[in-house]
Order: sequence, then C-alpha cells, then structure tokens
Amino acid sequence: MLKGYVPPYNATVVQKLLDQGALLMGKTNLDEFAMGSGSTDGIFGPVKNPWSYSKQYREKRKQKSHGENEDSDWLITGGSSGGSAAAVSAFTCFAALGSDTGGSTRNPAAHCGVVGLKPSYGLVSRHGLIPLVNSMDVPGTLTRCVDDAATVLGILAGHDPKDSTTIQDPVKPFTLPSLTDVSKLCIGIPKEYLTPALSSEVRSLWSKAANLFESEGAKVIEVSLPHTSYSIVCYHVLCTSEVASNMARFDGLEYGHRCDTDVSTEAMYAATRREGFNDVVRERILSGNFFLLKENYENYFVKAQKVRRLIARDFVNVFNSGVDVLLTPTTLSEAVPHTEFIREDNRTRSAQNDIFTQAVNMAGLPAVSVPMALSSQGLPIGLQFIGRAFCDQQLLTVAKWFEKRVQFPVIQLQELMDDCSSIFENEKLASVSLK
Amino acid sequence: MATPMLRWCCPGRRWIFAGIGGGSRHGRGVPTGSTSSGKRGQSSVAQQPLITAQKPRKGEREWAAVVGLEIHAQIASNSKLFSGSQVDFAAPPNSLVSFFDASLPGTLPVLNRRCVEAAVMTGLALDCHINRKSLFDRKHYFYADLPAGYQITQQRLPIAVNGSLAYSVCVGQRWSQMVTRTVGVKQIQLEQDSGKSLHDNLRSQTLIDLNRAGVGLLEVVLEPDMSCGEEAAAAIRELQLILQALGTSQANMAEGQLRVDANISVHHPGEPLGVRTEVKNLNSARFLAKAIDYEIQRQISELENGGKILNETRSFDYKLGCTVPMRDKEGKQDYRFMPEPNLPPLLLYDSGSLPTGADPQQVIDIDQLREQLPELPRVTREKLVRQYGMRPEHSFALLNEVGLLEFFQNVMKETRAEPKKVTSWVLNTFLGFLKQQNLAVSESPVTPSALAELLDLLDRKAISSSAAKQVFEELWRSKGKTPAQMVAEKQLELMQDAEALELLCRSTLETHPQVVTDVKKGNPRAINKLIGLVRRATLGRADPTVIKEVLERQLSS
Repeated sequence: MLKGYVPPYNATVVQKLLDQGALLMGKTNLDEFAMGSGSTDGIFGPVKNPWSYSKQYREKRKQKSHGENEDSDWLITGGSSGGSAAAVSAFTCFAALGSDTGGSTRNPAAHCGVVGLKPSYGLVSRHGLIPLVNSMDVPGTLTRCVDDAATVLGILAGHDPKDSTTIQDPVKPFTLPSLTDVSKLCIGIPKEYLTPALSSEVRSLWSKAANLFESEGAKVIEVSLPHTSYSIVCYHVLCTSEVASNMARFDGLEYGHRCDTDVSTEAMYAATRREGFNDVVRERILSGNFFLLKENYENYFVKAQKVRRLIARDFVNVFNSGVDVLLTPTTLSEAVPHTEFIREDNRTRSAQNDIFTQAVNMAGLPAVSVPMALSSQGLPIGLQFIGRAFCDQQLLTVAKWFEKRVQFPVIQLQELMDDCSSIFENEKLASVSLK
Repeated sequence: MATPMLRWCCPGRRWIFAGIGGGSRHGRGVPTGSTSSGKRGQSSVAQQPLITAQKPRKGEREWAAVVGLEIHAQIASNSKLFSGSQVDFAAPPNSLVSFFDASLPGTLPVLNRRCVEAAVMTGLALDCHINRKSLFDRKHYFYADLPAGYQITQQRLPIAVNGSLAYSVCVGQRWSQMVTRTVGVKQIQLEQDSGKSLHDNLRSQTLIDLNRAGVGLLEVVLEPDMSCGEEAAAAIRELQLILQALGTSQANMAEGQLRVDANISVHHPGEPLGVRTEVKNLNSARFLAKAIDYEIQRQISELENGGKILNETRSFDYKLGCTVPMRDKEGKQDYRFMPEPNLPPLLLYDSGSLPTGADPQQVIDIDQLREQLPELPRVTREKLVRQYGMRPEHSFALLNEVGLLEFFQNVMKETRAEPKKVTSWVLNTFLGFLKQQNLAVSESPVTPSALAELLDLLDRKAISSSAAKQVFEELWRSKGKTPAQMVAEKQLELMQDAEALELLCRSTLETHPQVVTDVKKGNPRAINKLIGLVRRATLGRADPTVIKEVLERQLSS
C-alpha cells in the first residue's frame, strides 16, 4: 500500500535521535502494518533470526540433525518488530526502534536475545508512528543492554505538542543507578500467567528468576490479575476496531499505491485496498468494521472497553498492594523454525504469542524483556518485567540488576562471519570484534 | 384535486391566502392577539399553525409541518481545527494542505484553541449549557474529499447543548406586524470540514481540492420547532447576525461559510410525527424557504394521494424550484462511530473550577469568555428602539445590511435632525440607491457626513424635501461638492422672503380667476393647481406647505 511512498517528515522519535547526533543506518523489516508475531508477513519477505546462524545454536543442532541443509530450517525472530531486533542482535547497529501494540517489541527481543523496552503510554511521542491501535501503540526500543535502553529512553521521552496523548510533565535524561540492595523490592508473580502452553524451559527459568530475587533479599509474592483470561479477546475486538478506522485513509488517492481502474472512485478504492493490503490486514479491517457497526457497537466495542478497564484495574490493584514490579515470561518458548511457525495462520499465532505481553498495552504500563539464558537448543529466552505507569526508571533499574546477575551470553556469529568473508573476498565487511 | 394551502403562518409575501373555506376547523396552536402593530411582539407562539385544504373534502383533515435545521458554520480562525494550515477561502487549490490534512500516516490531530473559544462563545450567545467535558469521535465513510476516511466530530458528548434562538417573523401583511418566536438549540458541536470535489464529467474525472479539508465547523442543530420556510429563513438570518456579531463565523451563505440542511415532515395534529426527509445543501436563505415550503407541499400531496414518504435525502433544484432525490445515497449509511483515541476529553473551566497555577495558554475559562461577549443583535435592536424611539421593524432593517447600522450611527452623530427623519432617509432613500446599483454600504459614494449635512439643511428648513432629494441624487452621482455647495449652485434654497411670496400668490390668484372660482366652489384639487403655479413661479424654491397656507389665507379673505 505504501509502495513508493517516501515520508516528507521525520517522526518525533527519529528527529530526537538525529538531533542528538545519531546516524540513521537504515529501515528494518517487519510484519505488514505491524500485524503479526513472527515478522513473516511483510512484502519484503520474512526476517531470519541471527541466532539461526549462531555457534551456540548450530552446535546443538549438529548433535541432533544429520547433514541437513543448515539454512532451510532457520528460525523466526518473533514480531512484529523482528527486523529491528535482528539488526541489534547481529551487531548491525547500536539500537533500533520498533513499535509495541501487543508485544511487538518485547516478543522479538526475547527471541533474539536483546533488551526490548515498551515505555509507558504517553511518555514517548507517537507523532510519525503509523498507527495500529492509537490507544495502545508506543514506540519501543531494542538494545543490547539495559543501560542503552535507558539512554535512548532518556532522549525520546517527553511532551510533544504534536501528540496530544503525551503527558505534559517534563522529562530529563537519566542514568540508571546500579542497584545492590533489593531487600526493599517487592516482586509480583501473576498466577494467571502460569499457563499449560508455557514451555517447561521457560517455566523453569521463570522460577529460577523468582528464586534469584528472593535469595538476594527481595520479597517475592504471588499475585492475581483475575481478568487475564479475557484480555486476548478484548484486545482482539479493540485492536481490529481501531485498525479498521486507521486503515480507512489508505485509499490510493493522496499517496502510495493506486490501482489503475478508472471506472469510478469506489472501484478504485476497492481495487487499491485489495491489492495494497495483505490477507492479515484485510481480515482485521473486516472484523473491526463488524464490531463498529451500530448494532454491534455496544455489545462488542463498548463491552471490550469496559473489560479493558477491568484489566487495567487489576494491575493498579496489584501495584497498590505494595508490589513494585511484576515478573513474567515474555514468550511461550524460544524461537521456532519458520516452517513450523507458518503452519498456523497469523491470527492464531498472534493470539497464542501475545498472551503475556498484550495486557500491558491495554493498561498502558511500561514493560521490558530482558534476555536471561539460552535454552537447551542454544536459543535465547527472555523474561518480562512490568512496572507502574510512568515509573520507567524504576523498572529499568530492576531490569539492570537482573541483567547483571544472569550474565546472558553474547551471540557468537564468528563462524558466519568467516563463512561470509570467504565468499565475499573483495568486499569489505564491517568487522566486529566478538569474544 | 384541491391543493392544500396554508391558512396562516407565512402570510403576505409568499403565500396566497386561501379563503377560509367552510368547514375548516380551528385547531390548537393558533396564536391570537399577536398581530397588533406597534407592539414589539413578545408572544412566543406554540407550534404548528395549521394548513388546510382550500375546499376540505369529506374526511380530509388538517396537516401540520415540522421543520428542523442542521447548520454548518465555518469558524473564522487563522488555522484549521486540528492542524496548523491556514484558513483562506480563495487560495490556489491544494496550497493550504498540511500532512495531517492529507491524512499522511503517522500524523495526529492537535486541537485549535480559537475554534474551541468560538464554540463556547456561540454556545453562550445561544443560551446553551456548556459541557465542561466534551468528547471527540470519528465518523467513518469513504469519499474522495475525506482523506482520512473519517471525519472527526463530536457525536457522543458535544461542547454545548440545550439552548434557544429567538427570531422574529412577520405575521401580517405589513412589516410592522412582527412576532418573536423561539427555536430550541439541541446542540453545538465542533467538527472538521471536508475538502471540495469538482466533477469533470467531460473527462470522467473528479478533481479534489483539500484546502477546505480540516477547516473548523460549528454544527448547530435546531430542534424541529419550526413549521414553514419563512420561520426557518428568519431563524437562519438571526443566527447569521449572531455569528457575525460574535466574530465566530462570517456566516456568508453564498460563500459556503454557512450551509443548512433541513429535516421536514408532515403529520396530522394529534398523531405521531411523519417520516422525515432531509433536504441538503441550501446555500441561500431565499432558496431555503422555497425548498422547505415546496417539500412540505410535496409531502402533503404525496400522502393525500395515498403515497408514502421515504426517509431519504433530497436536494433542491434551483432552476425547477423543486426538491429531487439525491442519487448517491444508497441505503442508510452506518458511520461506525468510534471515540477519537488521539484526542483526550476536552475540559473547560469556569472561574470557580480553574485549577490554581494553570497556564492560561492551556485552559479556557468560560466565565471570562462570557464577560467578553460582544453585544448581540437582539440587544442592539432593543437599544435602538429605546434610544431613538425607533420602530422594531426598522431596527431589524438597520441590522440586516452590513455596515448600515454604523452608517446610521455616524449620521446621527453629526446631525441635529430627528432620529425618525434620519431612519427614514437611511432606510428608504439611501438604501434604495444602494440596492438599485447593487452596492454595499462600504461602496457608497455618499458619506455619513454628507448625509448629515443635508439633513441639517432640511431640518433648518433651508431647503424643501424635494430639493433635498435632488441634492442627494446629485451627491450620489458626483463627488467633491458638499450639500451646501450644491444647494447654492442650483439655487435650491427655500424662499425666505415672506413678502415676495405674498405678492407672488396674490398675482397668481389674480391671473387665474377660473381656478380661484373652482376652489371657492369646493373643488379640493383645485388648490393644488394654484400651489403648483406658485411653485413654478418661485422656481421651486418655496415650500409647498407654506404656499398653501398663504393661498388659503388670501382666498378666505
């Protein structure tokens, strides 16, 4: 739909980075219009997880498989901001921006072994972010460590007159303290997040993390977010409704792809939108329009808004009871091979994979995925911390403490680099020193 | 088939009075005692005057019409409602379009303060309750002049509700029989205007100009308290004057700054309301009244012929003078209203609720706006009547023309003539000349000072009124000379020499014995002949009333 479209302005977050001297290296791949949890449904093709080529993964693979083509079973990055996560994971850049509406930054961060931060809604400007769900979207950051995330957030946060949903309070850049004493910290473990679909490896890492905090003196308690089971459906209704509305502007008239029909305006709209949108997008638009019909509005949209408030209130209640930060998994398992992922459709996968992340967007809270350890297959697994609204600094402080304790290993791509240099002898590759 | 006619309600100008045929009933809602001239009609009338058939047949009953109006007024502001692009009605196509107006992805709306103030001021002027909290919504439909595929409006909770608009209509044959009516203001809401589309049928293409897309509109919804075209037109006229006085909109219908849609239905009194039709895009007050009255007639005829009224949208064909169904509305539209997620609720304050230390740039104080409201037309008219003893209908006429009131007041400042005289000259002579040459007050060749000077001469009886008219015409045609100069040049001064006049009269009487005899016989018109003769002899410089006096005295002696 946006073929050939070159935006004539910079998003506020991009401009802020440029103003600080950042170099824009490129734009990354994603699921079309940020709809998806695998970064597999983009017009430029699916994104491959760098860990597919890591020494850690390949060694484990060699033990199992016998002489298979090593490239055919590459892994997904997760999504929808998979390209950004892959770029950071493969040392292509210092940091990357993504968007997070239901977990689109945290999910690929977990699968790619990087830090994925979703700031509080209203902290970072959405001006320039192509909206998916206006009331849930935030620009997200992908970085290799928590300190980097804090640096970037410090630059991006703050009121933007061009975005009426940003808060007015002034924000200044900050450095994270190195927390040593966690005895005053209270960590909450939401019991509803313990679902059968959770892989045993992730579950055991989650327990291990909880024990880590407890052993160092923090208070770790089980809490309840009773409306968790409704959040996927609620999210689905609200998301598709807003999508249907936001996508109405893509008609081929003012910019972007326009179909050649000249029968009538309506025919042009219909043809353009059919050609310009993939199945996933069209499906969401149709669903959303259904929910917004006069006869359905009360029963679906308004009801979902009410349920959303209940979900948000669950979090408020938990934080009011003395919990500082919640600890949950980010994903159900480590990254899966692309061939396996595409066996189910986009909607099913999204519903499955957003389970730990999307309630956070409904409540507008800050959350960060921090890589913890490698799975038995040598693939990254990350855990999620959820903080109080606008307490992003505190959230990152805790995340930083955790990151230091778990010492997640660096991805080893030297083999890949060596393979590549032998093929492209004459070309200069950016050399990265890896230990 | 007898065509049903209005029995009363819109008498005089537009309707032929049906003879009130035998058997027609008086129903409720007929106002009495409200037509005496000279009274500033204070009676507020109960609704729905009746329409009866000229020759009511057996079983035929009366009809009542119900008219509601939806008015869109473009807000007079420097920039658009949600974006910073300029508002200018005569700019080259697509030259005032910001990224947001063109619906580029990633752009967000930012509310324009001036537009909110305009809405609040209009709400206060119409006695509305201003909602301290109001919300914005998206109204979805696909059309080429709506880039985002939705319009941002206020459907759930508009900025102002429950007001009223008082207007005056003539109920008799004469201007002096004016009655005040009120129509309820259901709500006022802020919303975006769409772009303009020009259909080029020759090349089978449509040209889109987005200059107007995103301009702020005030939608004013009037309750269906009106019953005919004249009332609707009068209400619109008063609303225009109010908006212009407030400065919130220029409200010029011909320029599209004020657009009116009418909702019309008919029913038998005592029965439920009928199916209504919507007549859209009426861009002059005159056609508005015509269209409404036509539609009322059409519905009555249709129903009396056993047909049904469809709940449809129609437009008015100016050339044919009738309403026609609009072709591009197929079935009912579901606008899929949804809250606008990028705009938080709009909160307004008054002096009591203003948060301490609030940045004045960021808040709106309703009380402050109320204090700063300019004088409303109704008040201005009342003042004119009080101050100058003016007739109410004259106060209306003075406010009805742009700049006329100011002209009048400037003349009043410089002249000693009586207000009644000034009013008459301004409304009859001056306005007459303007209309003849299709000029605005600002284009008048005669200045207030010139007219004031002329009226002074008249007041001092230095010239006769016919001489004054002559001078006025001269002033209109050529500039540079003052009235006094013209009078001197043309020797128009009234004869002041009483003796000379006496002599002239006597000589006229002597030279016209036959006429004298006629007068003495009792022929009332004969004296006029004598007056005319004397006047001619004085070269028109004697005051006819004085001549008459002298002649009569001489004749009787």
